[in-house]
Amino acid sequence: MSENIPGFSTLAIHAGAAPDPSTGARATPIYQTTSFVFDDVDHAASLFGLQAFGNIYTRITNPTTAVLEERVAALEGGTAALATASGHSAQLLCFHTLMQPGDNIVAANKLYGGSINQLNHSFKSFGWSVKWADPDDLNTFEAAIDENTKAIFIESLANPGGIVMDIEAISALAKAKGIPLVVDNTMATPYLCRPIEHGADIVLHSLTKFMGGHGNSMGGIIVDGGSFDWSAGGRYPLLSEPRPEYQGIVLHETFGNFAFAIACRVLGLRDLGPAISPFNSFMILTGIETLPLRMQRHSDNAKKVALHLSGHSKVNWVSYAALPEDKHHALQQKYMPKGAGAVFTFGVEGGYDAGVALVSKCELFSHLANIGDTRSLIIHPASTTHRQLTDDQKTAAGAGPDVVRISVGLEEVDDIIADLDQALSD
Amino acid sequence: MNHDSYSDTYIKGILDEVKTVAMIGASANTVRPSYFVLKYLLSKGYDVWPINPGQAGKDILGQTVYASLDDVPDVPDMIDIFRNSEAAGQIVEQVLQSGKLPKVIWMQLTVRHDEAAKRAEAAGIKVVMDRCPKIEYGRLSGEIGWAGVNSKTISARRPTLKSGFQHRGLTGKSES
Repeated sequence: MSENIPGFSTLAIHAGAAPDPSTGARATPIYQTTSFVFDDVDHAASLFGLQAFGNIYTRITNPTTAVLEERVAALEGGTAALATASGHSAQLLCFHTLMQPGDNIVAANKLYGGSINQLNHSFKSFGWSVKWADPDDLNTFEAAIDENTKAIFIESLANPGGIVMDIEAISALAKAKGIPLVVDNTMATPYLCRPIEHGADIVLHSLTKFMGGHGNSMGGIIVDGGSFDWSAGGRYPLLSEPRPEYQGIVLHETFGNFAFAIACRVLGLRDLGPAISPFNSFMILTGIETLPLRMQRHSDNAKKVALHLSGHSKVNWVSYAALPEDKHHALQQKYMPKGAGAVFTFGVEGGYDAGVALVSKCELFSHLANIGDTRSLIIHPASTTHRQLTDDQKTAAGAGPDVVRISVGLEEVDDIIADLDQALSD
Repeated sequence: MNHDSYSDTYIKGILDEVKTVAMIGASANTVRPSYFVLKYLLSKGYDVWPINPGQAGKDILGQTVYASLDDVPDVPDMIDIFRNSEAAGQIVEQVLQSGKLPKVIWMQLTVRHDEAAKRAEAAGIKVVMDRCPKIEYGRLSGEIGWAGVNSKTISARRPTLKSGFQHRGLTGKSES
């Protein structure tokens, strides 16, 4: 190990990025190329056989993207990472590496709505099913796990409700059953919470949100915690069995504690194809350099806005874990003591119509379906993302008629509060 | 010597100092880790002498395979052991009894024998256990980052280039 382990802010700027040895360029160059020239046939054979490190084709590896991967692996405390075109494709490749037809995932029922759709519907075509558990009752996780369960999937900080998961307790359940715990850390980022330190085996991100942070580039990533024994029990054949795709190589034996990330790359990304553009990798890398500053300001601003709204006459409730009276405040203090992030929901007096009126009267807040931008963002789920659901379904999903979700940006907090005040006024 | 973790300068010092490697358990099977490491070390300029009784007299990657440590051309700078921990202990014992001492004994990932390491160190031999020289070289050259692996190193210095494309040498300080 290194003599001095660099701090988080140092890693956010330096991890993975040396000066370019040919030109001296200090910022990471955008290697906008599809392919890489071989020295000779033997060099090509070494690369195709995974015997040498190096790049063949940008669908599999790219030097700009590699810096992003090493950077996020270092920030999360993982052994390796694999960047993808989006957070959704990171989930696809992660579960493709873990699952066989007939297998299931036990997942927290408080997840980003897009992930609920992916698990409920799209994954059915692969023969994978999902069993939902309630993060407020951990017995439901244990009860849902059966002999075909290959992973537990949770979000460290669930979108949009501000629900903080008890990662250590859920990790203990996963370890007792010999299955990996997969944690989506998009809403918290490694600045606020490092799930691997609390027992997560794999961490996923939509880099599109706070990691990139500027609302300009899509990306996702899979971080290998390096902690799971893929060969015990032989339940993960992509890792523990000889692979015909590579003349019989056994990936866990060959790549040790970063075998999962390699398997996602050489069996998943190579064959399914959702590669991130090198340009997007560059944009996200640039965003990550200021992650510690941005995430602290996002959290500080959001807490001030949440406190203001909790005392507002037109607001009936605020769900934000940094508020002392919040149901998840104790878990927030344990897992993300520096702050509870930028996103929360609140209920407007007057229900559906009042929610519609609020989003249409905002001047500073942008009305759109994203989170994790420098700009403040607002959405009324019942009239947009969740409008196809029945009223009962909306309420169950945390998207009742009065619910408004905001992602608090980096503007002056007084301006953010003033915009909400004028939009809430009659 | 603490064998739970090694400093980068200790590992780099070894990889800089060593020129000849006797690899016990080298494989002719092109998908085995012991073939990967042999091929990689050769590409980085080390003289590697494969040892595998079942392949003795044949060639792997153009290198003559020897039946045992007694048969290699000279006392190697480093002995790299691709055997289980118990066998590694016996190998260390044989090396110490032979009096032909290498500078370094390296045991591969999952291979560790603390008693043997102590005896080797008492004889002035540096020991590395439960590590892979390919991974360590890849880390300290920066090559391993191309696969998205966390090298656990940061540097604002120029990486060292070797001949051809995508071929780096070691960078950073080493223990002398």
